[in-house]
Amino acid sequence: MNDIFYLLLRRLRQPLIILIVIYSVSTVGFVIIPGQDDQGNVWHMDFFHAVYFVSFMGSTIGFGEIPYSFTAAQRAWTLVSIYGTVISWLYSIGSLLALFQEPVFGRMLRRRSFVNEVSNFNEPFYLVCGYGITGGAIIKKLSERGIRAVVIDINQERIDRLEMDDLLTRVPGFCADASLPEALDDAGLQHTSCVGVLALTNNDNVNLSISIASKLLAPQRVVVSRTESEINARNLSSFGTDHIVDPFRAYAEYLSLAAHSPYMHLVYDWLINPDHRPLSSAYKKTSGLWIICGLGRFGKALYYEFAKHDVELVLLDDDERQLKNYKNTVVGLGTEATTLEIAGVRDAVGIIAGTDNDADNLSIIMTAQELNPKLVTVVRQNLNTNTLVYKNSNADFIMESGRIIANRILAKLKTPLLPMFIEQMQQQDDVWAHTLLNRMSSIADDRELDSWSITVNGDETPAIIAVSAESTPVKLSVLMKDPRHRKDQLRCFPLMLRRNGDLKLLPGELTVLEDGDQILFCGLADASDQMSWSINNYNILFYLQTGEEPSHNLLAKLLKRV
Amino acid sequence: MNREKVIFAFFIVLALTLNFGFFLGEIENLAHHNVFEFFAAIVVSMICTVLKFGDRTHIGALMLATSLVADLQLVVAAMIWGYGTQISVDGVTPEMISSVVSLSGGALLANVVSVILLMVETIVVRR
Repeated sequence: MNDIFYLLLRRLRQPLIILIVIYSVSTVGFVIIPGQDDQGNVWHMDFFHAVYFVSFMGSTIGFGEIPYSFTAAQRAWTLVSIYGTVISWLYSIGSLLALFQEPVFGRMLRRRSFVNEVSNFNEPFYLVCGYGITGGAIIKKLSERGIRAVVIDINQERIDRLEMDDLLTRVPGFCADASLPEALDDAGLQHTSCVGVLALTNNDNVNLSISIASKLLAPQRVVVSRTESEINARNLSSFGTDHIVDPFRAYAEYLSLAAHSPYMHLVYDWLINPDHRPLSSAYKKTSGLWIICGLGRFGKALYYEFAKHDVELVLLDDDERQLKNYKNTVVGLGTEATTLEIAGVRDAVGIIAGTDNDADNLSIIMTAQELNPKLVTVVRQNLNTNTLVYKNSNADFIMESGRIIANRILAKLKTPLLPMFIEQMQQQDDVWAHTLLNRMSSIADDRELDSWSITVNGDETPAIIAVSAESTPVKLSVLMKDPRHRKDQLRCFPLMLRRNGDLKLLPGELTVLEDGDQILFCGLADASDQMSWSINNYNILFYLQTGEEPSHNLLAKLLKRV
Repeated sequence: MNREKVIFAFFIVLALTLNFGFFLGEIENLAHHNVFEFFAAIVVSMICTVLKFGDRTHIGALMLATSLVADLQLVVAAMIWGYGTQISVDGVTPEMISSVVSLSGGALLANVVSVILLMVETIVVRR
């Protein structure tokens, strides 16, 4: 506020002084110049009348010559002062308008309205730093779920895009350097409703400074940071960053899951990715020899993950020094058929094109597909602008770091039970995963599989508490009925039940709910909306439980008694 | 020498001297108090106020406050005088002129504070 006010005052100093001077000179002029009253006597205008006359003359209202008709000298002075006052007004208004049009002033105004809007938030919100591909995807999902967010980005173009993007809730955005704690503070870092800070800029150092600032200014706040280097990840975790997402590591884990347990991989994919892979993709052979082209950060992360599960590997790189400490290596880029032949592409099950050059990557998989059409192809996409080409590349997996990070973070933000479930399910075998996948496929088909959790307690599920307190205990199966018609089932099922710290995967539908239970569901987003009816509204839950519509007004109760 | 400083100090001191000149004389005697001097005092005081706009320092804020006080006192005095000459049936009574002069005395005090602050600022900044 003060900034704008002071700037306004300082800019208006000169026009105001000119205005005062011209007005006072005109006034004095009218007082000094002798006039004539209606009897022809010499008459001097007093200050009161002079100020009155100059005031309406200056604003060009013009009530006429008062109190008596003017003499020629007075009219001459009026002529001079009318131009003087009008010009000084024009000058003042002109400088005021010029000030409003200045970019600096506009920026200050925008910042002020942004700070005001954020400080007036009274519902939980996330502070998102960086509105790139990752940030964009996350904001879109958050607003679909009705969660508020605030964006800061160093690039004004991205903020403009945020304003034009069709979001369901209003997301205030501001162009500022997120590595400055002041900007973070303006964006609501210390706001009591801020539930988390997401550092998603494409610069590791900026992410680091956002995380540090956030942990220092508000230690209890959840911080999620993306990083692309090992050192940075260790640094981030050293001061307690809650979630660190490394796109290369994340994708390497994801791929290695595909290589050794394809069904488990699909379950994971369905839970994490909004547009999941088709069921048929699991039938491709994935165990055998894999070829990794490009041993950069991505290639190395892949190597470690695959080596953990004893997958047979051949590594390709055109830089001999990179390959020094590894076994089964071939020098070459992999773009030509000969190198791929040496690497054994005809006997391999999969090839990963992981160089940092999009054209090379596409060339590698096209050559490889020609040599061995059965190959599982994985291609790394570096530039977002190449999306169209990649979509038509027929690759089985497209590794795009922006989306990976977004999906990972969203899975964590959706419900803390989901990462827990994913961790637990990896201890099961692939047959278990296959059954689960069939169940998922029967409810979601090719639509997005959403997941959500409920906690049985008085605040979140008042209906469950109320119904189980007065009539029969509520079973899990009741929640999965359609509140509009109890014979229909909602398209969802429970994934996990957490009771007193114990986790139970795929709990039975006849499980009786207890106070304090946490249940993770997966299903269609629509089912989640319907379920919130039955867990919040006593009447609906009563109907689902008993099949009758209760009326609970006083009259009905009295009639029942009679 | 800084031209801006000269103009600034000139107006602040001029506001004080004009105010003092008007205040001088018998409190009830209209002949001792010139209306032009009064008008000049108001105008210069307003210019002083505008000159003090936009200074973010603590001393700048104090100076702006003293100027606003002087403006307020002088404008109220002008209103009383205007009421006496234009609206009142009895014309300007000795009570009215004495309250005009005493209000301008208040403004004089505010202007004195303003000049003291100006001197303090000059002494503190040894350049």
